[in-house]
Amino acid sequence: MSSLDLIRNFSIVAHIDHGKSTLADRILEVTETLSQREMREQVLDSMELERERGITIKAQAVRVLWRGHQLNLIDTPGHVDFTYEVSRALQACEGALLVVDAAQGIEAQTLANAYLAIENNLEIVPVVNKIDLPQADPAAAAGEVAQLVGEGPDRVLRISAKTGEGVEEVLDAIVERIPPPQGDPAAPPRALVFDSSYDQYRGVVAFVRMLDGRFATRQRVRAMAAGTRFEAEELGFFSPYRSPTPTLEAGEVGYVVTGLKDVSRLRVGDTLTAQENAAIEPLPGYKEVKPTVFAGLFPTDSDEYPALRDALEKLKLNDASLFYEPETSQALGFGFRCGFLGLLHMEIVRERLEREFDLDLLVTAPNVAYRVVTAAGEELEVHNPAEMPPEVELVEEPYIRASTIVPKDHVGSVMELNNDRRGRFHHMEYLSEERVLLAYDLPLAEIVYDYYDQLKSRTKGYASFDYDLLGFEPGELVRLDVLLAGDPVDALSLIVHRDGAYARGRELVDRLREEIPRQLFDVPVQAAIGSRIIARETIKARRKDVLAKCYGGDITRKRKLLERQKKGKKRMKQVGTVEVPQEAFLAVLKLGGERR
Amino acid sequence: MSGGVRHLYVHLPFCAHRCGYCDFVTLVGRRDGHDAYVDALLAELALGRASLAERPETVYLGGGTPTYTEPAALERLLQALPHAAEITVEANPETVTPELARSLRRRGVTRVSLGAQSFQPDTLAVLERRAGPEAVRRAFYHLRDAGFDNISLDLLYGIPGQSPADLVQDLAEAIALGPEHLSCYELEAKPGTRFTFAHGDELARQAEAMEGYFELVVETLVGAGYRWYETSSFCRPGKQARHNLGYWRGEDYLGIGIGAVSTVDGLRWRNSAKLTGYLGALAEGRLPPREEEALDPELLRRERLMLGLRLDEPLALAQVESVVDRAALARMEGLGLAELRPGGLVLTTRGRFLGGGVTAELMAESPAKSTI
Repeated sequence: MSSLDLIRNFSIVAHIDHGKSTLADRILEVTETLSQREMREQVLDSMELERERGITIKAQAVRVLWRGHQLNLIDTPGHVDFTYEVSRALQACEGALLVVDAAQGIEAQTLANAYLAIENNLEIVPVVNKIDLPQADPAAAAGEVAQLVGEGPDRVLRISAKTGEGVEEVLDAIVERIPPPQGDPAAPPRALVFDSSYDQYRGVVAFVRMLDGRFATRQRVRAMAAGTRFEAEELGFFSPYRSPTPTLEAGEVGYVVTGLKDVSRLRVGDTLTAQENAAIEPLPGYKEVKPTVFAGLFPTDSDEYPALRDALEKLKLNDASLFYEPETSQALGFGFRCGFLGLLHMEIVRERLEREFDLDLLVTAPNVAYRVVTAAGEELEVHNPAEMPPEVELVEEPYIRASTIVPKDHVGSVMELNNDRRGRFHHMEYLSEERVLLAYDLPLAEIVYDYYDQLKSRTKGYASFDYDLLGFEPGELVRLDVLLAGDPVDALSLIVHRDGAYARGRELVDRLREEIPRQLFDVPVQAAIGSRIIARETIKARRKDVLAKCYGGDITRKRKLLERQKKGKKRMKQVGTVEVPQEAFLAVLKLGGERR
Repeated sequence: MSGGVRHLYVHLPFCAHRCGYCDFVTLVGRRDGHDAYVDALLAELALGRASLAERPETVYLGGGTPTYTEPAALERLLQALPHAAEITVEANPETVTPELARSLRRRGVTRVSLGAQSFQPDTLAVLERRAGPEAVRRAFYHLRDAGFDNISLDLLYGIPGQSPADLVQDLAEAIALGPEHLSCYELEAKPGTRFTFAHGDELARQAEAMEGYFELVVETLVGAGYRWYETSSFCRPGKQARHNLGYWRGEDYLGIGIGAVSTVDGLRWRNSAKLTGYLGALAEGRLPPREEEALDPELLRRERLMLGLRLDEPLALAQVESVVDRAALARMEGLGLAELRPGGLVLTTRGRFLGGGVTAELMAESPAKSTI
C-alpha cells in the first residue's frame, strides 16, 4: 500500500500540437514503465491480448513510478468546449504541467486551461517544450508563461520532449512541487468518476480518483448522484496496460469495472461510495452541464434511425455533456435535436457517429439556446428555430467573452470582424511586443455562424481564439423561414438578428436555387420573416427529360436507367411537392457555420 | 411450323468506318467475311424460324451499315428473308448508288432509313461522317428515283459546335427533301466512346443552351405537317415505322446477328457480340452464345408503361394498371403533364417533353425483388 505522501496526481494541459502526447510517451520511457523496445512491442502485445478477450478499455490515466513515488498522469481533452471534462480531470489532480511550445508561445487555449487549473487550486509546473526547434524562442515563451502563472522565469522548465532533454527534471519537479493528495484512508470510501468508457463484454468502466477510504474487488458500490448500485468486478490501474489490483486506496487513481450494461446509469462527475459503510456527502463538482449549441442530426437513410439512437446512447456514456432528444422534421424525417458544449464538441460527436458507428448524417445549421418570453408572458427555452413562437415579447441569447490572441498587425481586422458580428470591445492587452490579446463580448450565435473561417482568413491563420460563456442578453432576433413552392422547410429555419436577416435570406435563397435540381414544374424559393417575404427566386421547370432512343436492343438498359432514376428519387427528401436532394440540404446547412 | 412473332430484326454490323459517337455493335471492313456472316444469319434464322410467323409483319435490317455489306451477300440475304409488309434497310448516304437503290427495291425492300445526321459540313465532320451534305441529298434522290415512297431520315442535334441557327437550317433542308419519316435524336455522349473523350466537356458546357433544341425540333416538324407520334419520331400520315411501333407496343420480336436482341414469350436474349463465336456456333448448327433475361409479367408491364408513354396514342390502362402509381398520376394530371382519357393514359405535349421524368414519377415502386 502506498502512503499518500508517495503519490502525485497530475495532468498535462497544453494547446493542441504543443507536445502533450510526446511528453507523455517520454515520461513512460524515462520512468522505465516501458523500455524503448517495449514502447512498441509490449503495447502491441497488450493490444493483442485485449483483442483476444474482446476488451477495448482505453487508458485514461497511466501510473508510473519515479524515485519511489507513484505518479498518476491523468489525460484531459484540450479544448474549451470540454471545460467540464477538463475540470473533472483536474479535480482528480493536485497539479498540472502547463506545456507551451517554445516557438508558438501562449495560445488562447493555453490561457483557458491555465485559468481552469488555477481555479481548481492546482500547483502549476510551467514547461516550455520544443526548445530543440530552430525557430524556438525559449526565453520569450518562458517569459509569457511565467507572467501568466505569476512565477519567475527561472521556475519555467525548458525541455524537448522529442529528444528527452529535461524530462527527468520535469519528473523531479512533479515530485517536489506538486503536493501529495489529501484524504482520509480510514473514512468511508469516496471516489470521483472523472471519465468512463464502455466495453461490450464488461460494461461500463469508470475511471476514478480515490479521495477517502478504499475499494476492494467484489465490493458492493453505489453511485451517489445516480443512486446506481453495482459490484466492483475488477479494480486496477494502467501502466499503461490494464493491471488489476485487489484494492484501490485513498489518493490513488485507477479503474472500476462495473458490469453495468446501461450506459445512462453512471455519470461522469458522480461520486462512488460503498453500499455498506457509505459516505454521507458526495464530492463537490458534479453538475448538469448545459449545452450551448444545438443542431438536428438526421440519418440520411431513415432506416438508420434506431442505429443513430443506439450510437448516441453509447456516446453519452463517455460524454455526460451530450444532450439529445427525438426531433421530427417534415423535411428530414426522424432524428435527434442534440445539444453540445460548443462547435468543436459538435464536430467531434458528428465525426464519431460517422466514423465509429458508420452512420451517414445530415446535420442542420447549429443554433444557440434562446430564452423567450411569449406574448402571453410564458417563459421558455428554445433549442430549435422551428419552435420559436411567431409572437414574442422578448428573446434573449447567450453572450460570450471571446479572447483572441493575434500578431499586432492583425488587430484591426479582428476588431472589424467582431464589430460586424455585433461584438462589444472589452479590453486589449499586449502579451509581448508582437502579440496582442483582444477581449470582446459577442453573441454566441455569431460565432456559430462562419466565424472561425472568417477569423482564420482575416488573420492568415495566426489568430488563436477561445471563449467563456457570460450569460444571456436580450436581442432584436427574428425567425427566418425558407419556403419551397409555398411550403416552409422546417429544417432550414434560422433565428437571426434583424439587421442581418435580408442578407441571410438572400444567401439562402440563392444557394437553394443553385442546389435544387429543376423539377417538372416551376418552384418558387422564398425567405420569409413571419408572413413577409424578404427574398425570392424561382427554379424554372425542366424543359426536356427524355431518353432519346429506345428500340429492341435498348429496352433492358433503358428500363434500368428508369429504375435508377426512380431509385434516385427515393433518396430525395420530399418537401411538400418538391424533391430536394440531400446534397442541397447539406450545401445550404453548411452556410450555417461549417463552410470551409 | 410457325409461331406468332411478327417482327424480325437482322443485324449487319459491317461499316467502312466507326464513327466516334457510335456505341452499336459494328465491325470495320472485313469485306471478305460478309458471305460467311450471311450464311450464319440464315442458319440462325432457320433455327429460330419456328417462333416466327409464317408471314411476319416487318423485317428490319439494322447496323452497322447494312448497305456497306457486299452487294452479292446483301442480295442473297434479302432473297432468303421472309416477305413482309414492311421491310426496312438502314443506309448510309455514301453507300447509296443508283444500282444499290434499284437492287434494294428489286429485292422487296419497302422502306429505307437514311443516316443523314446533318446537312452542315462542319457538324458532319465533328461526327466523323463520311458523306457531305451533297452526298446526303444525292442518296435521297437515288432512292426516290428507284421508286422508294417511304424514306426516313435520321437527324442528330446537340452536336458540339451546332448553333440553333445550324439546327434550323438542318431541319429546313430535311423538310425540303420531303421524307415520309424523320427520326431526330439528341446526340448522346455515351461513356467510353471516343467521342465522349473528345467532346464530353464541350457537350456538358452547352447542355443548358441545348435544352430548347428538342422543342425547336418538335415545333418545326409539327409545323411542317409531320405527326410527332413517338418521342423521337415524326411521320407523314400512315407512315409510322411499323417495326419500331412493334417495340413500343410491347410486341415480341426475333433478332438475329451478333449482338442482336430478341424478346419472345417473356424471355429476352442478347446474342454475343463476338463474331468468331457467332460464326463458329452456327457453322456447327448450334445457337450462338447468348445472355438471357427472364421477364415476368410485372416487368413486362413496367416496360409496357415506359415504352407506351413514348407514343402519342393512349396506353390502355388495363395493360399497366398494376405498375402505375395512382397518386403520382393525380399529381401529374394536376401539373398538366399527363391525362387519363377514355382510351387510356396519354402524356400532354409538355408531358412528352418531360417523358422520362414523368414516366419515373408514374411508375410505381418496384416490388421487393428488384430487377436491378
